[in-house]
Order: sequence, then C-alpha cells, then structure tokens
Amino acid sequence: MQISLSVNGTSHELTLDPRTTLLDALRQHLGLTGTKKGCDHGQCGACTVLLDGRRVSACLTLACMVQDQPVTTIEGLGTPEALSPLQQQFLDHDGFQCGYCTPGQICSATAMLKEIAAGWPSHASADLTGPIALTHAEIAERMSGNLCRCAAYANIVDAIRQAAGAQGDAA
Amino acid sequence: MKPFTYHRASTLTDRPAGATIIAGGTNLLDLMKHEVMTPKALVDITALDLNRIEAHGDGLRIGALVRNSDLAADPVIRRDYPLLSRALLAGASGQLRNMATTGGNLMQRTRCPYFYDTRMPCNKREPGSGCAAIGGVNRNHAILGASPACIATYPGDMAVALRALDAEVEIESPAPRQVPLSEFYRLPADTPDVETVMRPGEIITAVLLPAPAGGQQRYRKVRDRASYAFALVSVAAIIGMENNRIAHAALAFGGVAAKPWRDPGAEALLIGQEPSDTLFGRAADLILQSAGGYGGNDFKIPLLRRTLIATLRDATGMEATA
Repeated sequence: MQISLSVNGTSHELTLDPRTTLLDALRQHLGLTGTKKGCDHGQCGACTVLLDGRRVSACLTLACMVQDQPVTTIEGLGTPEALSPLQQQFLDHDGFQCGYCTPGQICSATAMLKEIAAGWPSHASADLTGPIALTHAEIAERMSGNLCRCAAYANIVDAIRQAAGAQGDAA
Repeated sequence: MKPFTYHRASTLTDRPAGATIIAGGTNLLDLMKHEVMTPKALVDITALDLNRIEAHGDGLRIGALVRNSDLAADPVIRRDYPLLSRALLAGASGQLRNMATTGGNLMQRTRCPYFYDTRMPCNKREPGSGCAAIGGVNRNHAILGASPACIATYPGDMAVALRALDAEVEIESPAPRQVPLSEFYRLPADTPDVETVMRPGEIITAVLLPAPAGGQQRYRKVRDRASYAFALVSVAAIIGMENNRIAHAALAFGGVAAKPWRDPGAEALLIGQEPSDTLFGRAADLILQSAGGYGGNDFKIPLLRRTLIATLRDATGMEATA
C-alpha cells in the first residue's frame, strides 16, 4: 500500500506491506538506522522514537497507522556538529558503553523531560498533584522502559539530570 | 506476522465484517508477531472521535481511545479518582502508556507463556488442546476462579482499579449496552477462549465512572522488579473512615484470577469495624477460602494476604505494627 511518512521534517512516499512496523520503515526503507531493533516486542525501548513529540515504541507501531503524525528519530534531535543537550550530556557523562540502547534512551529522555514539565506524575511520585523533583527514583521509574545491557544506568541518570538542569544530589 | 488487509475507519460503523480492531496495538501487534493472533483484516479506529474525558452525570465518561498516559495525568482523574491514576502509572512503561488506549487495555490478553508459545497446548489459544501451565511453569498464574481448562490471569492494572471504582463499559453494537466491569470478564470454566462478554462486531466506546468515591484510595502492586512488570498480586482499595471505624470499603485484586477479583463478603465484614490486623486477617481468610495454588504460584496465597493487610493498614491510617 502507499504510505506517506513525515520523518524529521521530511515527507516520504513509500510502498509498503501493511505489516511493516514504523521501526522497519525507518531502518529498512528510509535508511535511518539510528533507531535500533532490540527485542522487537516492546520490552527493551531501543526503538523509541517521538510521535507528535511523544515517546513510543516503533516496533509496536504500524507505519500505515501514523501517516498523519510527525515522527522524530535520533537523527532529528541533533547532528554531530550541533548535538542536542541530552546528546551532549550522554557524551560528557559516559552515558553508554556499547551504545546500542543510546538512541532510544535519548529519544525517551527527551520526551520524558517534557512529561515532567507538563506535570505528569509517575509511580515514584509521592503526590499525584504536587511538584515533581527530578530525583534518581523519579528518573529510574520514568526511564524503566529503556533497558541497557551494559548497565550504564548510573551515568544515564546523571546525564539526564544534568541536561534538565537539576541541582544538588537528590537521592 | 501473517498478512492482513488494513482499513482505517472513518465512523464507528465503518468496520469490515470480521475485522479485528486495532488502536494502540501494544498487545495485538505483539501477539500477531508471535502468530498467536492471526487476523485476516485489521480495522484501525484511531481516527474516531473517542478520545475525550467528559462529565457524565455525577461521574465521567472516558472515551475508549484516551491513552493511558493522558488518563493517568488528567487533572480531574488525579484529583477525584487517584486510584485510577495510580493503577495506570503502575503499569507498563512511559512509551507503552503513550500508545495503549482505555478500550484496548480492557481487551488485553493474558501473559501466560504457554498462551504465547504456539508449540504448546493452550485451551485459550486452541480450545481442546489442553493446559500446559497446569504442571508447568505457573509462577504467575491464578489462585482464584481457575478451572481444569485454564489457570491464566488477566494481567492488567487499570481494570483492577475500575473494578473497585464500580466502572461500567459502554459498548456500541446493534444492541448498545453498558456492562458493569463486574460482569465484563468471564471466568475460564470450560471455555477459556471466551474472555469477555463482547460479541463479534461490537466495540467499546467508553468507560463510565460513577461519582467520585472519596476516602483513601490505594493501589499496591507487588512484582518481580520495581518497575515495568506485571503484577504478581495487586490490591486496589478505597476505604472511607468515620469515627475510627470503617464506613466504606471497596477492594479489588489483580494478578490472581482471569478477572479483577472482588469479594463483597470481605468488604461487608470490614464495615462498621475498627481497623485491626485481626480484622484484616479475617477479611483475607474470607477472600482466600476458595484459593488454590498450582505449585509455582502457591506463594501468591500468603502474598495476597500480606499485601491486603499492608494496604488496609495504610488506607485506614493504622500505625504500621512491624
């Protein structure tokens, strides 16, 4: 079927089998291999992209279902010459080892910080309606959909806190 | 994944006969990749106008397409139905909550590993083939309401909160109806492939919440890791206190049966009583009098008891007595 996708501000016309996931469309048909395939079942977060600014698992999204929604991938967040704040902090804090989960981590964290700015509570929030402190517990809970096999979690949390401008060393 | 035809519905009735509904897709696409579900036709309903949360009498009408993350973060839900926010936030991940819808979440299937493994017998997937979980790995299986044909659990959190909140499911069909959540799911008996009262061609359009219940609302979920895991046991509790006595109690349990479990007798036992561990233990005894384990999940019986007592201590304001 004919499918039009808007990715990182560019429109693409593709002929795809309806079974094609957004993940496979990005990697196999558009050559955007920054988005990674880990489990392909929504459990690891490596395929996280932004759909209309919200983080989703591209492996559990059919490309044909998101034709009217702008997609942002890791390639759309920054470039080697102009890194996004989170990309820079992942470098500065060694927020990765093998790097396979990193695009998903950065896309996820980019949207997660917007969720906090919008006042969305989490399972770790003591109060559903109060202000949200960017503690380790809040970040760990909110990033639990992104697994890191190298277990670079400590540095990932530091990178996210730094990018968000968090002060001090809240537990 | 097996081939399918794709149609994007523009109205509620714009659905090809026999087409399987897809919205968030978080569970259906996973099942299709495993070829546990092999629909020949999909109808995408995400363009329909079913994504509002609006007043409905003294309560709320939650459109079937409202995403889990939007529902959990909605200011009115957070203020008036905190149990529902808590249950949603205890489930899945940030990514999946952004995708999963209210109607789809109700319709999610069990995570029994034998249901997912097409090489294994499973009466739910293939009626008459047997149940490999009985005598197999059944750590996460039912202790209440199971049958010799199936011991799978309903895996979700949201529906457990909705059960305690006395929600109803609004169903569009040739005969539109509202089904109380208490009657929406079916126990396995000898037809575990029939999981809900939904009939072919029907579609969930909304979930209806009655007026806010007030009181203290808790959702306590016990799982194998701190986040992003299904419940081993969960307790949804709404407790109203008057003069240090329990005036109102609604308790629902997840991870223990093929549906969110509720026991009116246990709630009645609490009403009018002063909170105490002895009282809570009697309520647990009542709930668990018909409970049975299958080996790997025997631990859930004492776990449910302890989780209920801890939740009631918290919700009634009792000091924890270690």
